[in-house]
Amino acid sequence: MEQVLFWLLAAGAVGSSLAMITGRKPVHCAVVFLGTLISLAGLFLLLYAQFVAILQIIIYAGAILVLFLFVIMLLHAHSGEGPVEKLRLQRPLAIVFSLVLLAGISLLFLQAGLGGPPSPEAGMGTAESVGQALFDRFILPFEVASVLLLAGILGAVVLSKKEGPS
Amino acid sequence: MTDYLVLSGVLFVIGTLGVLLRRNALIVFMSIELMLNAVNLAFVSFARQWGDMTGQVIVFFVLVVAAAEVVVGLAIIVNIFRTKETVDIDDIDLLRG
Repeated sequence: MEQVLFWLLAAGAVGSSLAMITGRKPVHCAVVFLGTLISLAGLFLLLYAQFVAILQIIIYAGAILVLFLFVIMLLHAHSGEGPVEKLRLQRPLAIVFSLVLLAGISLLFLQAGLGGPPSPEAGMGTAESVGQALFDRFILPFEVASVLLLAGILGAVVLSKKEGPS
Repeated sequence: MTDYLVLSGVLFVIGTLGVLLRRNALIVFMSIELMLNAVNLAFVSFARQWGDMTGQVIVFFVLVVAAAEVVVGLAIIVNIFRTKETVDIDDIDLLRG
């Protein structure tokens, strides 16, 4: 059962991400990317990471993707790609080097020879256990992350402000 | 468990291909998000393998960084579009407006 679900979700994730990088219109790409995100949330559930799966749906699908759709609709008029490709060798080289990268990563993981995982402890991946790890050992990074988000908000405000008389 | 890790590698490479092949800045940006997600999948797989919550906590931080990155990056793209009327990254090759 778990295997069947894994292969279904993996096929969904790979298929929709391939559709995303080949799609013509940015809106279609964004909608297909939603499929990738939801498949990944399902995979997180299979890996006993319920809290992360919910965060994935809320933050990625709910906030980040909606922001993408807003910007795509804001720019829709000329947001396509020009007909001329300026770097001619880029396409074949990109494909070759990506395949080399894929081979390297797969070889590394296959060589590691990880066996079946141990059965998880009770309550693994719940909001409680993630929160305990977060506020126990990662309290300083947590505070730094809040400062980073504040910097992001300020950056967006400054960047989108129209330049006026100062 | 190796299946999950190889899947995350495949998704990461699809993301790199998107960054290298596409010239629409928005789709390049979405491909970067895909790469971040692939790494998240690897972190969660390792957390499951060793029964350690650290992997899942790091995913939380990656989500925070991704959110901040998207906000600032999209603001930059909108600004570029305002001045250059294009989001094709091959047309944006000058360091001045």
